Amino acid sequence: MAHDGCMSLNVEHAPMRTLPSAKPLRLLDNAGHALTGAATGGFALPDGETLLDLYRKMVIARRFDVQVTALTKQGRLATYPSAYGQEGCEIGAISAIGSTDWFFPTYRDCVALITRGLEPGEILQSFRGDWHNGYDQHAYRTAAQATPLATQALHAVGLSHAARLRRDPIVALTFLGDGATSEGDAHEAFNFAAVWQTPTVFVVQNNQYAISVPLSRQTHAATLADKAVGYGMPGYHVDGNDVAAMYAVTHAAVERARAGGGPTLIEGVTYRIESHTNSDDPTRYREAREVEHWKRRDPIERLEKYLVSEGALSETVRSEITDAAEALAAKTREAMSVEAELDPLELFDHVYSRPRTALLEQRSALEAELAAGAFAQHEAGAR
Amino acid sequence: MSADTTTAPPAAAEASAPTQLTMAGALNAALRDAMAADDRVVVYGEDVGPLGGVFRVTDGLQTQFGEDRIWDSPLAESGIIGTAIGMAMYGMRPVVEMQFDAFSYPAFEQMVSHVAKMRNRTKGRVTLPMVVRIPCAGAIGGVEHHSDSSEAYWTSTPGLTVVMPSNPADAYSMLREAIDSDDPVVFMEPKSRYWSKAPLALPVTTAPMDRAEVVREGADVTLIAYGPTVRTALEAADAAVDEGLSIEVVDLRSLSPFDDETVGASVRKTSRAAVIHEAAQFGGYGAEVAARVTERNFHHLAAPVLRIAGFDIPFPSPKLEEYHLPTADRVLAALDAWEWDA
Repeated sequence: MAHDGCMSLNVEHAPMRTLPSAKPLRLLDNAGHALTGAATGGFALPDGETLLDLYRKMVIARRFDVQVTALTKQGRLATYPSAYGQEGCEIGAISAIGSTDWFFPTYRDCVALITRGLEPGEILQSFRGDWHNGYDQHAYRTAAQATPLATQALHAVGLSHAARLRRDPIVALTFLGDGATSEGDAHEAFNFAAVWQTPTVFVVQNNQYAISVPLSRQTHAATLADKAVGYGMPGYHVDGNDVAAMYAVTHAAVERARAGGGPTLIEGVTYRIESHTNSDDPTRYREAREVEHWKRRDPIERLEKYLVSEGALSETVRSEITDAAEALAAKTREAMSVEAELDPLELFDHVYSRPRTALLEQRSALEAELAAGAFAQHEAGAR
Repeated sequence: MSADTTTAPPAAAEASAPTQLTMAGALNAALRDAMAADDRVVVYGEDVGPLGGVFRVTDGLQTQFGEDRIWDSPLAESGIIGTAIGMAMYGMRPVVEMQFDAFSYPAFEQMVSHVAKMRNRTKGRVTLPMVVRIPCAGAIGGVEHHSDSSEAYWTSTPGLTVVMPSNPADAYSMLREAIDSDDPVVFMEPKSRYWSKAPLALPVTTAPMDRAEVVREGADVTLIAYGPTVRTALEAADAAVDEGLSIEVVDLRSLSPFDDETVGASVRKTSRAAVIHEAAQFGGYGAEVAARVTERNFHHLAAPVLRIAGFDIPFPSPKLEEYHLPTADRVLAALDAWEWDA
């Protein structure tokens, strides 16, 4: 049954029993120096072209994130969960899968979606309040952003298992937060993936807080990556603000999964610089100096220092990247400056594959209300 | 869908000679035929493999189709539903089993937040053609957590299709239709009817699964029943003949959507209606039935629509369940409470 180049089924894998490193593995230190030896966990620094690409993507993603936060403060969006400071984790991991692989994001992962090539207007439809999701899942091979924590991890396991049954060399990558690892679905997803040996890569972005609750209130484990051992799969404890390390580790996990080697759990240690969303007040639960500490461990600055030291960041390249980032910001502002034409009658269109009599009756009732001008004020206000 | 999927053409409908089949046997045949007809159909759950399911509904299927088509999953219901969502996204048609009604509750979030909403939140771009089989209801002497009637949790969730067959022919036909449906279907199987028999020539096609059926004609009263209480209603109708009362019995078959047309036509004919279910009365499915029958047919009604239901208590232990479950006698006594000469 196995086709050339595809994974084979029913391969017996010995359960992984090795604990991840106690210190997060990293390839670049905070000063931008390339590391060697034990600190790297045996992973090699990606080549210069890849590193420059990762840098470019991070700068563009941050510009997008900052722009959307600003638009949210201006009232253009209902809410926005920023990933400022987590670009190393987000971009390192998402850059490790291909266009035929699937991505299962959470609400915090808009910068990964931008990196994956989705349009700002498509991504932000949900946070603007137009519809719950605004992009084509199949075209981008990217599931709708999940809000109920850890639920999407099971979808990733199921999809990658289906691909494996079809002998398609597809990997599913999913992101979770540190808080989500407390959810039952995280446990079930890790376990199903390990038992079925699905080609799934779990990236836990440990940004230290679940809204206001610190990691110490979520787990008594030494690291979140340690949990992998209990499921018999490899776990990696990675410096999430080292985009090079996040990319290298995730890439290795993706290719291992593609080759039939089963799932991997990767913890990226990072920090949520911004508030949970615009409606949050982080001064109630964390110290400013803690935020300052992490700002000095910025993932973009770290890689920038390395690239500069290597002479890989010319003024031409810098200005090209800045231009691309500003173009995306402008595109984002433009997409959010025009109110979408919403059709209230579309509320009934996507509930079932075939129209139900009861819904058609309710649709007619709303249509009559609209015709009678019952919402004229609302519509005028919306305009 | 970009996944490489192949669909075998439907097997030619060569009806076999009628044989006595139980509802469990009819469900088994429906799964077997659906798996043979379409290799996107996969079956998994707890104990569905070598054991053939605790009710033997999947008996023999793993031997016939192999472990890539039907397999035992880890014991975790949210995991079963959550992974089925991912498989359906990739173009499979998973048919998964919740071993018992009350064991489906760990999957509640996946069912309500994802299975029910995926088509809507993605504007139809992602559909979930999956079937969740749930053995349900009591009267089998089941110990705690093995006899719940949890249909109202599902029927009150927009986006789910909820059906419950009451006999072997419908069990076969409705399960085939549920598997073919592009919508997620909660397929509830009344445990007390698993061993009921009927002569069947397979494949059998009964009425579409979204339609109710008049299973006994009558002139004076409409009893609205589904799943296990259809038999109760038919017993009451038999017994009522001696009292000179002509009872019509409607088997709902589909709980969501609700077939207002068939039920309304019957109620307008008889002018009296009662709905029977095992679930507790308060906030139960019967409340919706009574409300919509009344709203739509008030001027044809000679009496208020009655609910004959389980008590508003947690499901009792095996030796006490007979006091809780609606019986034909209790149905007839309830009908006596109406003012018949009014």
